[in-house]
Amino acid sequence: MTDEILKVRGLKIGATIYPPGEKARDIAIVHGVDFDLERGKVLGLIGESGAGKSTIGLASMAYGRGGVELTGGSVEVNGRDILKTGIRDIRSLRGGEVTYVSQSAAASFNPARKIMEQVTEAAILHGKFGRKEAEERAVTLFRKLGLPDPENIGERFPHQVSGGQLQRCMTALALCPEPDLVVFDEPTTALDVTTQIDVLAAIKEAIRDTGVAALYITHDLAVVAQVSDHIMVLRMGDMVEYGTVDQIINSPKEDYTKALVSVRSIEHEEKKPTSEPVLKVEGITARYRGTNFDVLKNINVDLHPGQTLAIVGESGSGKSTLARVITGLLPPSAGQITFNGRTLTPDQPSRPLEDLRELQMIYQMADTAMNPRQTVGTIIGRPLEFYFGLKGSEKQKRIQELLDEIELGSGFQDRYPAELSGGQKQRVCIARALAAKPKMIICDEVTSALDPLVADGILKLLLNLQKIEDVAYLFITHDLATVRAISDSIAVMYQGEVVRYGSKSEVLSPPFDDYTDLLLSSVPEMRLGWLEDVLANRKMESAGN
Amino acid sequence: MGPMTKLLVQRISLGLLLLLLVSVVIFVGTMVLPGDVAQQILGQSATPEALANLRAELGVDQPPVARYFEWLGGLLTGDLGTALTSGQSINEAVGRRFSNTLFLAVSAAVIAVPLAIFLGLLAVRYRERWPDKLISATTLTTISMPEFVIGYILMFVLGVQLRWFSPTSVGYRPDADLFTRLESIAIPILVLTLVVLAHMMRMTRAAILNVMQSAYIETAELKGMPMLKIIRKHALPNAIAPIVNVVMLNLAYLVVGVVVVEVVFVYPGMGQYLVDHVTKRDIPVVQACGMIFAAIYIGLNLVADIVSILTNPRLRHPK
Amino acid sequence: MFVRIPVAAMLGLFFTGLFFFIAIFAPLIAPFGYDEVVSQGFWDPPSSEYLLGTDGIGRDLLSRMIYGLRTTIWIATIATILSFVTGSVLGFLAAVVGGWVDQALSRFVDLIMSIPSLIFALVILSITPITVGVLILVMGFLDSTRVYRLARAVAVDITVMDYVEAARLRGEKTGWIIFREILPNALSPLVAEMGLRFIFMVLFISTLSFLGLGIQPPQADLGGIVKENTEGLTYGIGAALWPALTIAVLAISVNLVADWILNRTTSLKGGRG
Repeated sequence: MTDEILKVRGLKIGATIYPPGEKARDIAIVHGVDFDLERGKVLGLIGESGAGKSTIGLASMAYGRGGVELTGGSVEVNGRDILKTGIRDIRSLRGGEVTYVSQSAAASFNPARKIMEQVTEAAILHGKFGRKEAEERAVTLFRKLGLPDPENIGERFPHQVSGGQLQRCMTALALCPEPDLVVFDEPTTALDVTTQIDVLAAIKEAIRDTGVAALYITHDLAVVAQVSDHIMVLRMGDMVEYGTVDQIINSPKEDYTKALVSVRSIEHEEKKPTSEPVLKVEGITARYRGTNFDVLKNINVDLHPGQTLAIVGESGSGKSTLARVITGLLPPSAGQITFNGRTLTPDQPSRPLEDLRELQMIYQMADTAMNPRQTVGTIIGRPLEFYFGLKGSEKQKRIQELLDEIELGSGFQDRYPAELSGGQKQRVCIARALAAKPKMIICDEVTSALDPLVADGILKLLLNLQKIEDVAYLFITHDLATVRAISDSIAVMYQGEVVRYGSKSEVLSPPFDDYTDLLLSSVPEMRLGWLEDVLANRKMESAGN
Repeated sequence: MGPMTKLLVQRISLGLLLLLLVSVVIFVGTMVLPGDVAQQILGQSATPEALANLRAELGVDQPPVARYFEWLGGLLTGDLGTALTSGQSINEAVGRRFSNTLFLAVSAAVIAVPLAIFLGLLAVRYRERWPDKLISATTLTTISMPEFVIGYILMFVLGVQLRWFSPTSVGYRPDADLFTRLESIAIPILVLTLVVLAHMMRMTRAAILNVMQSAYIETAELKGMPMLKIIRKHALPNAIAPIVNVVMLNLAYLVVGVVVVEVVFVYPGMGQYLVDHVTKRDIPVVQACGMIFAAIYIGLNLVADIVSILTNPRLRHPK
Repeated sequence: MFVRIPVAAMLGLFFTGLFFFIAIFAPLIAPFGYDEVVSQGFWDPPSSEYLLGTDGIGRDLLSRMIYGLRTTIWIATIATILSFVTGSVLGFLAAVVGGWVDQALSRFVDLIMSIPSLIFALVILSITPITVGVLILVMGFLDSTRVYRLARAVAVDITVMDYVEAARLRGEKTGWIIFREILPNALSPLVAEMGLRFIFMVLFISTLSFLGLGIQPPQADLGGIVKENTEGLTYGIGAALWPALTIAVLAISVNLVADWILNRTTSLKGGRG
């Protein structure tokens, strides 16, 4: 007998979909996947959205979300095929032998019950421990996972602890029944980057200390490289490549894997500031109506023509609010904005058409940024008609030029947004912004909803268009890799203030202020041992202080 | 004061304010017509003396605002006024009939509420299978029928053809024993039950489905818990507020159904009293009854809001 | 475009169409006049001459019902249109303009809706003359509050979309935003709701007439015809059940159609393919 905990052979997974106005039909999500997982090892499942990675993870618990069904192959856990056993056996497996950590702990905890009850529930249910022992074990796990006040945190309700803490509680929930295997489904994806690193370290340590095997599912190769022994790369329901972490990261064989490894390594030469900035933000302070604190405090930044200023910060830093102030959707309580040599009026409705035209915006969610009832031609054509009065063949010609610029063919004019892929949608939004011939475009997290490879394509396109159209970008993002790829200057925001501002090379070179240091060092790097290095460094620093 | 108490106080004062505004609306509603109200009521053939009497009775010669406050003052001190047609105190008539109506409505609710919740759970348990489909087909049918249609069909079949129960409630005596009373209103109870059952079932089903689709139910499933235990420990604590909401909403709906059903079965309740006096254009009675029905309606909605505030874990256990 | 229509919706469409056809061509279809006393007796049983028998004063029941159906459908249609136009225009306005306009309208609607419609209608009808015009106005006004809530909710969902913000930032006028950005996306849920409002109107007018506060004799709608014949029921004469069943079948068929439209549009909106 080998010590394999999980043995998957020819796993096929399908689902029934209900397209509007058509008959329901079955589609295949996973087309035959094989892998083994040894006791105490961690296998990383990586792929873009639609790769089937979460579906495979849940299949190891004989669970299909929604209309998902396991249609073929075998999944052996501890030597028995769970696709062939009855519901009783499956129940004793779930929560006992195999447990699950979801992406959103906030939704996965029952809001009406205390954390401790929920953490110990499975262990007691499966007769692994009595209530008292289970609670003792939970407290031990809370301590191990670095939760504050481990003795009493279990008495709280889920909404009474922070997101990062709740994600650790979810890990404790999964480890409490002493399972043989834990499925981690994007456990750090919803967290801010500085929180992610701590949770990641806590999870890694907990896996090592308890000797449990794990399936670690994520779209972020740099993250999975820190916790896994092996990695399996998936794409559209097929396995692309399987190997040790070292082999996948340092010598990938398949082209797709190579692309994933080299993602976000765009080289961008920083441009020097010219004399006159196109956008001057001076002393901007703002608050939302009905609140009593400033979400922006005395912001001063400049953006030069044809260049990119990246605004970096985590959620709640005020970076998107700054965009609302610049566009005039939220008039500031103090300060002024100069655009193209003219002072912008604080509220959007009073701005002249010329100001509106020259300042365009691209949104994070291309889905909601386009009217689903308008064709691509109408969406791109409207600014041409509205600002320049273009009509008929002249307008058609210009639409075609713009479609060519965003690398979409002529067939796209008559399509509706629902018929486009995520990347294509974002390209159409870029074309709509460019149609106004703007001096400046605000890009609000434009790549964060996209898969890494698609996001890379969008960034390259934006850089290329900047050269052609000589347009300036105010690029709002939480992702430092994107910042490196695209910016000429950077403003780091934290709690409504700009804590560091300057050219890219200045901002990204030491000496750092505390927050920028924390932020920069928290971004996962695509190399083995990165997590240990960072943690060791931080320990040294705190010892030095 | 905790956030919960604050919200409760806020919600209750809002309910009281609403009630006050409703009294304005009802008062204004009975004065919407320009011109002579007395003429409207008595018609063209009325004698001048009768008109003058009625004007004095209605107090038309006084300014409307003064009349409103006089009326409101009466309401607040429990004096509903005097009926124009009979010259009798409205309090007395309403007092008798209100308990009758309450008896009918409560009897229907006692059957309808548990049944609706049970069937709603059944529909969720067998979702998209035949019990669910049967339930939604029945729902569609009963929702599409006015109360009086259901009333007459049942009266004809159960009361006249089969002679199981008395076809009308003419023989209802409030002082008879419980069984006799229930027998004489068996068909009206059945009608009201059918009327609210459909809505309540449909809404209960939706409320429970909403809870069952939450991620924390999936967590419980992935802990290997049996379905019944999941429903008891994870779904129910979160489903109480939405279900209470559904029940209250439908009881409010029942209040309206009662009006029509009482007329169909000639049951001596508030609804029949109201309709009767609308036909006779007896404004003080209409105002008083309208106010009582509206108050019950608002009260039930208020209870639903209070329950959902009380069961909200975020408010019960503030940070 | 060929769309598969489920059996239930097909039945609904057939009966809805049939009822409207009868309503429009009532004078050509009805064998007798609505108010024509054709028999000496009362509540004659169905015969080859009087297909559904006669009513309590010897009028042909079928003819009376055909005219009654016409009255019911006509009043319900006008009231639906009134309620729909008022409710959706004000609802859209509140959502797009926002601010105090929205507050004032919404609070007013809350107030009206805190009184049950039937009770409110009874209060008003206790003082107004009961004519077709007044009935339509009262029903349309009371029901427009529901349409207002739906239209506002749908429009608010759409106005928070980035594409509406994008149109605002482009400098588009309110007219373009309402008619080109919001309306095309709000139409399908509203159309399905229109069917439900129509049913509600049919039930509403029938109930009022049944209570004696709707259409006044000798005119009658379906609810009124039920009322006229209820006395027969206690003698085992089922004449009142025919108009009662007609109301039910009319409402059910329209409901089936509305349900089908609603299902189609929700699957159109559903994100998952």
